[in-house]
Amino acid sequence: MTNDKPKIIAGLVIFVLIATSPVWLNRGKTKEAPTPVMAAEATAKGYCVMPKAEMKAKHMKVLDGWRNSVVRNGQRVYVNESGKQFTMSLSNTCLECHTNKAEFCDKCHVYASVNPYCWDCHVDPKEK
Amino acid sequence: MNVQYMSALIAVVVLGFLAYIGTEFLGLNSLFGIFIPYLAVCFFLVGAILKVMKWAKSPVPFRIPTTCGQQKSLDWIEQNKIDNPSTTPGVIARMFFEVLLFRSLFRNTKAGIKEGKITYEWEIFLWVGALAFHYSFLTVLVRHMRFFLEPVPGLIGIVETLDGFFQVGTPGVLLSGVVLLGAVLFLLSRRLLIPQVRYISLMADYFPLFLIIGIAGTGIYMRYFARVDVVAIKQLAMSLVTLHPAIPQNVTVSGILYVHLFLVSVLFAYFPLSKLMHMGGVFLSPTRNLANNSRMERHINPWNPDLKFHTYEAYENDFREKMIEAGLPVEKEA
Ligand code: HEC
Ligand code: HEC
Ligand code: HEC
Ligand code: HEM
Repeated sequence: MTNDKPKIIAGLVIFVLIATSPVWLNRGKTKEAPTPVMAAEATAKGYCVMPKAEMKAKHMKVLDGWRNSVVRNGQRVYVNESGKQFTMSLSNTCLECHTNKAEFCDKCHVYASVNPYCWDCHVDPKEK
Repeated sequence: MNVQYMSALIAVVVLGFLAYIGTEFLGLNSLFGIFIPYLAVCFFLVGAILKVMKWAKSPVPFRIPTTCGQQKSLDWIEQNKIDNPSTTPGVIARMFFEVLLFRSLFRNTKAGIKEGKITYEWEIFLWVGALAFHYSFLTVLVRHMRFFLEPVPGLIGIVETLDGFFQVGTPGVLLSGVVLLGAVLFLLSRRLLIPQVRYISLMADYFPLFLIIGIAGTGIYMRYFARVDVVAIKQLAMSLVTLHPAIPQNVTVSGILYVHLFLVSVLFAYFPLSKLMHMGGVFLSPTRNLANNSRMERHINPWNPDLKFHTYEAYENDFREKMIEAGLPVEKEA
């Protein structure tokens, strides 16, 4: 009979290391959430398409709705709840106010590890 | 209706409501967001280690592998080196296929009666369902690491891109989450619809299924329907893993997230107590992890009592002359 204790303990050590990996990979440091920088153009207007809390969670749904409306129905005007009109456009509307894509959109996206492929085709007017 | 699945279903629904009511109406956010998750992880780690140590203490004196092919024999008989391994590399190959591809489940058969005869048919769908379930679960877990690591490693981004390959809508549909829910529903329906399987299914079989359906269901609901503030949730998750737990202020972490998190906590805490421990058990299965070398090596039971035997050799020594006289054959002449 062989003694398998070393093998089993090695297995358990690997298990615990994997299971606790987020703790030691971050090494107990606190890490602040990013604060997206609001561009002067946006602050001047003072309003977004929807209230801030909703924009935070649902802006990608808004964009999806806009895209479908424009591409499928040719309908380019959006009227929000408070009656304001917006031209449904990613580069020409969102980025008209949020002129600082890198400091605004990307800040959150890097933190949340989302990499919207939209920019394969759409442009950031400032980068042009 | 059947008490086994109804009680499991009710238990999961009640647990979900507990977390929702506790955080949306009673303000118990720290309980459900911090204490219970921490407690659950401790339970999971300590419980799993204790269980494996308990199993490790069981002596395995003899070779009891299930043999699924020709064992090592004469040179001109071909051995099935994976399904009936006689060496350590063979065992490693066998464990590799068992753990990563569920090889023994692949051989699943279904008994039935055809034209009055018992028949055994190959039944592959349990294997397909199990494989889809485990791998989508793994992918979802790996992708979730984006909430727990900062900066997020590039590898996780690659997994996300591959998982969102079809680029359907925004936020993009992630295949693994959908496959996970589909696969658990399939595994559940198998238990509910096949009478023989339903007959041997207990609450302990249904409970993890409903729990995982609840987890995947709330996750999919959060991502595609309700939409939650992912940045706030990552703040909470990061506070947990950096050991500076805090419920994020000034932002709302949705009640559904607490349901999701609480069901995950229950799953983790329940894990070491349940059949889910097959995650560790598969490595310790003597029917899988032993080489079949019983005909090459003598395995002696180490806790055999130290008995005094009268061996045949000693017997012959005692009676050799008399045996020769009586014309009985002896092994050693005088
Ligand atoms: C393959 C290239 C491509 C990709 C990738 C792409 N789009 Fe578009 N998008 C277009 C084209 C072409 C139009 C039509 C432009 C028009 O008619 O004005 C369009 C139109 C739109 C519109 C309305 C018109 C406008 O000026 O913006 C929105 C909103 C939009 N897309 C959002 C998105 C979002 C959000 C993503 C990423 C999830 C995305 N698109 C990815 C090509 C693309
Ligand atoms: C008219 C200018 C304007 C337009 C157009 C606009 N925004 Fe905004 N956006 C703002 C302002 C101002 C705020 C801050 C609102 C507040 O503080 O209440 C904001 C807030 C946001 C937030 C929340 C930021 C945070 O700090 O949590 C997001 C996300 C956002 N916008 C995305 C978009 C997207 C996507 C579009 C295009 C669909 C868009 N915005 C169009 C002005 C605009
Ligand atoms: C408050 C942080 C925040 C800001 C600011 C923000 N986003 Fe996002 N965005 C997110 C998060 C978080 C997600 C991913 C949600 C998820 O994974 O469920 C996301 C997802 C998206 C998606 C869908 C990506 C996909 O492939 O699923 C698009 C498109 C998008 N954002 C566009 C924008 C644009 C354009 C801006 C700037 C005008 C912007 N966002 C600003 C947080 C933010
Ligand atoms: C057993 C562990 C878990 C499983 C199986 C699981 C499963 C899922 C699934 C299937 C989804 C749908 C979206 C996707 O496919 O990624 C999801 C979303 C989500 N889960 Fe989990 N989850 C688990 C643990 C957790 C934990 C511990 C957290 C705490 C931070 C969490 C937070 C979230 C959030 C915030 C979403 C929404 C993501 C988005 O909007 O993009 N999950 N989960």
